This record gives sequence, structure tokens and C-alpha cells, in this order.
Amino acid sequence: MSNLESIKPFPDSEEMEISFGPQHPATHGVLRVLLRLDGERIVDAKPVIGYLHRGTEKIFERETYNGTIPHTDRLDYTAAATNNQALVGAVEKIMGVTVPPRAAAIRVMLAELQRIASHTIWLGTHALDIGAQSPFFYTFEEREKILDLFEEYCGARLTLNSMRVGGQPYELTDGWVDRCRAFVDQFPARVAEWERLLTANRIWKLRTIGVGVISAASAIEWGLTGPPLRGSGVKWDVRKVFPYDRYDEYDFEIPVGANGDTYDRYLVRMEEMRQSVRILQQCLAKLPDGPVMAKVPKVIKPPKGEVYFSVEGPKGELGFYVVSDGGANPYRLHVRPACFINLQALPEMVRGLLVADLIAVIGTLDIVLGEIDR
Amino acid sequence: MSEQDNPSGAAPASPQPPAAPKPPWEEKPVLPVPRDAREHAQVRELAAAVADAVIEAVEFAGQVTVTVGRERIAEIGRACKEKLGYAFLVDLTAVDWQDRPEGRFDVVYWMHRHADSVRLRLKVRVGADTEVPSVTGVWKVADWMEREVFDMFGVYFAGHPNLERILTWEGFNGHPLRKDFPLEGIDTGAAVYPDVFPPGGGPVAGGEGE
Amino acid sequence: MTNPWVAFLLVPLVKIVVILLAVILLAAYMSFFERKILAYMQIRIGPNRVGPRGWLQPIADAIKLLVKEDIVPARAEKLVYFLGPVLVVAPALVVFSVIPFGPAFKLFGYEVAPYLTDVNIGILFILGVSSIGVYGVILGGWASNNKFSMMGGLRSAAQLVSYEVPMGLSVVTVLLMANSLSLVKIVEAQKQAGVWFFIPGIVAFFIYFVCGVAETNRNPFDLPEAESELVAGFHTEYSGMKFAFYFLAEYANMVVISSIATVLFLGGWLPPFPNWLAALWASPALAWIPPIAWFVLKMAVFLFVYIWFRGTFPRYRFDQLMDLGWKVFIPVSLVNLVAVGAGVLLIGGK
Repeated sequence: MSNLESIKPFPDSEEMEISFGPQHPATHGVLRVLLRLDGERIVDAKPVIGYLHRGTEKIFERETYNGTIPHTDRLDYTAAATNNQALVGAVEKIMGVTVPPRAAAIRVMLAELQRIASHTIWLGTHALDIGAQSPFFYTFEEREKILDLFEEYCGARLTLNSMRVGGQPYELTDGWVDRCRAFVDQFPARVAEWERLLTANRIWKLRTIGVGVISAASAIEWGLTGPPLRGSGVKWDVRKVFPYDRYDEYDFEIPVGANGDTYDRYLVRMEEMRQSVRILQQCLAKLPDGPVMAKVPKVIKPPKGEVYFSVEGPKGELGFYVVSDGGANPYRLHVRPACFINLQALPEMVRGLLVADLIAVIGTLDIVLGEIDR
Repeated sequence: MSEQDNPSGAAPASPQPPAAPKPPWEEKPVLPVPRDAREHAQVRELAAAVADAVIEAVEFAGQVTVTVGRERIAEIGRACKEKLGYAFLVDLTAVDWQDRPEGRFDVVYWMHRHADSVRLRLKVRVGADTEVPSVTGVWKVADWMEREVFDMFGVYFAGHPNLERILTWEGFNGHPLRKDFPLEGIDTGAAVYPDVFPPGGGPVAGGEGE
Repeated sequence: MTNPWVAFLLVPLVKIVVILLAVILLAAYMSFFERKILAYMQIRIGPNRVGPRGWLQPIADAIKLLVKEDIVPARAEKLVYFLGPVLVVAPALVVFSVIPFGPAFKLFGYEVAPYLTDVNIGILFILGVSSIGVYGVILGGWASNNKFSMMGGLRSAAQLVSYEVPMGLSVVTVLLMANSLSLVKIVEAQKQAGVWFFIPGIVAFFIYFVCGVAETNRNPFDLPEAESELVAGFHTEYSGMKFAFYFLAEYANMVVISSIATVLFLGGWLPPFPNWLAALWASPALAWIPPIAWFVLKMAVFLFVYIWFRGTFPRYRFDQLMDLGWKVFIPVSLVNLVAVGAGVLLIGGK
């Protein structure tokens, strides 16, 4: 990392405050960052959000419990399946519902496919921001195959609405398992291709090693979860700590980085894609038979009380806090948004860096404004 | 037993063996029930760490909620973090129980301890005009979470470094997640730009731009 | 053939027209080739609508840029604003006057040389003229009356100036080997030596080409004009034909760097192993290949490598870019210069 203290391009520079976004090709959505710059060095960065606030939590209070599920698709819209999984898991917890094993396996498959799909978007856009234009097309090609699988299952590519309280709405179509297996078998070779382009590339390493460093203690202090936490060396994943949907029956590892910089988070996410493949192969191999829906009442009316349930989404811990007053609509349904909390650490990670590094750090946090603003 | 054995429809002679227990997803779900949790391990260690902290403790669906005093939340939070090891504040939010006499809002703190992976919920009752000490000095992550609670509910956090609206815009009048805030929204035109939009004629208050 | 009106006016005029047309057309079609080749590298197709399989795309782009509204910022410095694009395009085109595309040959009994002129300070002329292009960048950025264009222009200019030094030093190694500044003589020196200069000058060859990529503001050295920068750099405020000029100048500069690299390091119009395989090249099966074809082929290889770089590499951050130029390329090219000089002395060159 170059010695930034000794670079002072304009000797008596005054600080300049500029607004980065909200319309900007590199901010991945309507994010605005108020930058205080000293020449090219960032003195402070203040993210301003709320441009995509749609009142989702208010809308939740009007819907029935199953009716809130399509709204969750639109939170982190690149990872709809895990959003669905978090919500139905929360309602099932407050209702004391156990889903059948086949439904749990289908949920795990959808979630892991969704994790790969989300990470492909992350890789394509992150590489594009740093200047490598080709990986974008390669990763989106793989994502197309996953979206085809989703479309076959639930009719939608992006906003899936693919789970219900108590299980799955649909059985797998004929041949879905074979097509999924075909995708899973060829996918690791693709990841290896992308790694060949980037991982050992001198320019990629120059742009990502030492950029956006956050220590493990800081990461826990700032409430980071997901790859930003694991990149700093904390081996913590909701799937292992609070297993749900029978994740404890699958054999997989949690990749961890060492230095907490952008390069480590990149490696963590690449390895996560491979671990997702591993989980998918296990699911496909031992997919249980049986019903896909548990016996739940027609109208879901949880008892009075409150419950929090979370899943490991591609961005981090996504949780739902359900407060029920005994009625058919949630009294309060709060989203614990991984991206919102991860973004809060942006100033911490970016102070003292150059403006070009801000782009790299926003990319490495992998934010989706839908979840930040709700 | 098949019908062929008893063509006359007489009752069968021997009792049927008991059926195998059905898996839980084929039975009606067993709803969780709230229980008092004062003797629960987590609550006892909290009571031991901070004297007279616990006002009420409930265990529901395996999660423990402790109601504590509003004025002492920062002190209790610090004790939880430093003495009891709850270093990770997972979530901070609020619930609006309109018309509740002991305080309209519940501000909820959901904490995690890495050592044995347990979580604990602290709850604080706040009225509409009273303030809550901020816990940003204890957990840095609480910064934006408290800003969101302020924005959505109007709960004021004393000692917060930068208590501004975060999801709505500056100049917005109202706290959207309160129960008396209408789902359809309010007139935001005249409220913010009275010289541009006539009062009552904003985007959603029955004006022409419907 | 001695009529001075023909020899000194008509023939050069014809040559100028031919060269300019060829270069401008090539620069325009470079944009097409880039889009197509980049597209195939990115598993897509690229322009394929306009004309047969998309081949008329650059014509359509040129027409569009010509008829586009010419917006001039209100407080821009008018004269300098107009001058900026001119100062980038003109040097790029003028450089082609001394680049030899082939050896002199006989046409209808007259000696014709497929290059406009051969000055005996050819390389010096090229280095000098192409440096004027930097003015176009700075003045364009400044005259736009936009803080960020100015910054982009300054950064671009700093990059261009820094990378000229190692580029010049690499060129000097070729001079040491060829003993002449004239481009035609450099090619002939390669024929006499029997080997293209990139073999003895391999380090200089790589440095020259990489610095050439930096000189043309191309990936991986294109931070000053990247979209993920604050704005699009010094040519943000330009539209219509002026923007087309900047665009054209970038591609023309690519062609310049490629042609010079071909002449200096790859033997210009010479076939591979011109002396050793002379019999092969003179055989009736291959004798019909005109030397200019070899030139174009080698130039095409460089242009392809330009596009290949764009499809492959991330871009350097600006401070890393300057570090690379000053702390890596200059020392290496200096050491290389000394080494090549010693080699020439030892081998007993002229």
C-alpha cells in the first residue's frame, strides 16, 4: 500500500466536499456518498440513503403472513430466495411449524442457487468497477442458467415468491433435478476460469490488497456479517451457528480471510460459491421424498408474542423480527438488513484511501439498496 | 382389516395396534407459549451483573426477553457487553403499542454472545415524549439503527452523535411506522414546500395527481 | 520523371490523400473491430445490424456524430475549446507522413515510394510531433470550464508525459542498433542484420509497447477516462464532431504506436527472416505478396493486442500508474539502454 501520508499533490490543499451519486454508474443503485476530499485522499465519507425507501415494513402490517412473502423478494432483489427463507422461517418459528424434509431440501437448493446467483452479480459488477470488463459477461451467463432453473420452479426469475409458511408451494418439475445437476457439475470449471483471470493478476491484486481493511474486532463492533465479517478472520455463519432447514445435515466449510481487505473478501466469496456447489451436490444426491407442505391452518394466526429468526443470506445475516398480536396480519414485522448494517462501516473502511478505492470498497461490501432502504 | 372379513358390518373382534406417531409436519403445529423466565440462566446472570435490572422476563419460542428500565439501558447494555460478553448487537428496533399507559413504544435490543452462541433481547418502554439514552457508546453499530428508530417512530435517543432522519428526507413531517400514520401516506408537498404546493393539494391528499 | 509540378506537387498530393483516407478509415474501423472483437471475447456478438454483418457501423457512427447538436458550454473559453480537438487529431495524422509502409518500387517505369517522405530525423520528428497531442488534452480539459474535466485533463497529461520518457529510451536502443534516425534506414538496417530488432531489443520492445498503451490512454492505463471515475475525464463536455475528433485521435494514436512498433521492432515491411529465407519469399508461390501486406499484418497484430488488453485487464489506479512509469519503466529502460549500447559496442557494430 503506497505511503499516502507522503503524497500531498497540492501543498496547501483545502478540503473539498463532493457528492458521489445518487446517479452514478458505480454506486450500484441510488446510494449517495458525501465525500470530504483532501486532493485525492478521502478525509471522510458519509453515506446518504433512503432514495429507495418504499415503506416495506408498514406494508407488511397490512398483509397476511403469506402475503408478505412477495414483498420480501423486493428487499434484496438479487437474493430473493434467502429473503423468502428468512421470512417463512420466522413465521414458522412463531407458529411452531416444522417443515417436511423434502421442503427443507428444496429450500436449501433454492437458497444455495440464489447465493451463487447473487455472488455472480457481485463478481461481474465489482470487476467491472475496477476495470476488468469481461468477467461481467461470463458471470451473467452462469446466472442465466440459474434464473432458468428458478423460472422453471416458480415462474419467476428475480422476484421468486418461492416459499410459503409451512413448506413449498410447488413440487419440483420433471427433470428439474437433472438440469440442476447439469448446472452444478459444470459450474466449478467456470469459477476456475474467473479465478484465472483475476486472482493472480498483478493489477487486480494492486487494486484490492490492502484496500478497505477492517479488523476482526472492528467488524464485530460494527455489526458486520457475511463476507465482510468472514474476510476479517471471524469464522461465523448463521448456517453453522443457528442451523435452519436441516443445514446441519450437510457437510460444508466456512471460508475465512486473513487480513480483512478487499482481496480477502473476494477470495471468501469465490470459495463460498464452491461450497454452495458442494451443498447442492449433497442435496441433489439425497433429496428426500415426501410432502412439500406441512399441515398449517388456512389462515395463519400466530399466538401473541415475538420472535426473531435469521438466515445467512449472500450479503450477511438477514433476520426478521415478528411481533404478533394474535391476528392474521403481523403487528410489527421488522427486517434486520445485512447491507444496511454493513454499509454503516463504509466510512471506517474508506478513510485515508483514494477516490478510486471508494469504488472498490462499495463493490466489496456488495450492497443492494433495496435491502438498505426497504 | 379389510371389509371382506366382516361382510355383515359387525365390529371387529380385536383392537387395532396403535398407529405409528406421525411426523410433526403432518400434525397440527404446537404453538409456542410464553413462560416466565426469571430463573432462566441468561436472566440470572444479567441480574447478577447489574443489580435490580430485571423488571420482567419472558421466554417464548426459545428466546428470552428481559424488560429493563429506560434510564438504565446504556449502563445495562455496557454491562451486557463487557461483563457478560454480548459483543454483537444484532438488531435494535421499536414497536408501537399505541394507547398503552406505561409507555407507547417498546425499544428492543437483540444481542448475541459469540462464546456460546446465545442471544438475549432487552426491551425498554418509552413514552412518546420521553427520551432513551443512546447505546452508541456501547455498540458502534447502534448509530444507524437508532437513527432509523427515530425516523420511523420519533423516539429520541439522548447522547446520539448524529440523530438525523435516515430513510425519509430532511423536512419530512411525521413518523411513518407509528400506528396513527396512514398507510397511504400524508401530504408531503405542502408540508415541505408550501410555496410550491398548496396546502391539502399535495401528491396524496386528494389532489389531482392521483 | 523530372517535371517538378508532378514530382513535387501532384505525387505528394496524391500520397497525402491516400494516406489520410486510409488512416482515417482505419481509425474509424478500429472502433468497429474493437467492438466486434471485444464482443466475441465477452461471449456476445457486437454490432451486426448496420450493413452486412455490421460492417457499415462506423459510417453510421460518423454520420450520427456529424449531425449531432454541437453543444458548447456557456462559459467555456471558445477559441481554446475549438482548438483542443484539433491539437489531438492533427499530430496523430501528421506523424503518418514519415512512416514507411513499404520499400520503393517501380510503377509504369517510375520510382514510387509508398510513404510520403523520408526525413533523416524521422524518429525525432515523430517523437516531437506526437508530444503536441498532450496540449490538446490539457487545453480541452481546461477550456471546458469544468472542475472535473480539468482534473481529468491534468491527470491524463501527467500520464502522457511520464510515459514518454521510457518510450523514448526504448526508441534510442533501436537507434543504437540501426545507427540512423530515418525510419526507412531503420528497416533497411534490420534487413542487413537479418533479424528483426525485437530479438536483440526484447526488453525495449515490451517497454515500448506497454508505454504506447499508456500513451494512448488505453486499458489498463485508462483511469483518466473510466466511467467509474467521477466523470468521463477531459472530454466530458465535448459533443458531436469535436467528441468524434477525440475519439478518432485515440484510435489514430493506436495506429501510430502500432506502426512505429512495427517499423522499429518488427522489421516494417520485411518478411520473417528476410535473408535466411530469401529464397522462400522469392519463390513464385509467395513472391506475389506485396511488402505492404507484411506491414499491415504486423500492425494488425499490435492492434489486436490493444483490444485483447482491454478485454482482459483491470485498470491501474492513478498513483499506481505513475509509480509504474517512474519507478519501474524508467530504471529498466535506462539499464536496458546501457546494456544494448554495450552489446552493440562488443559485437562491433558500425
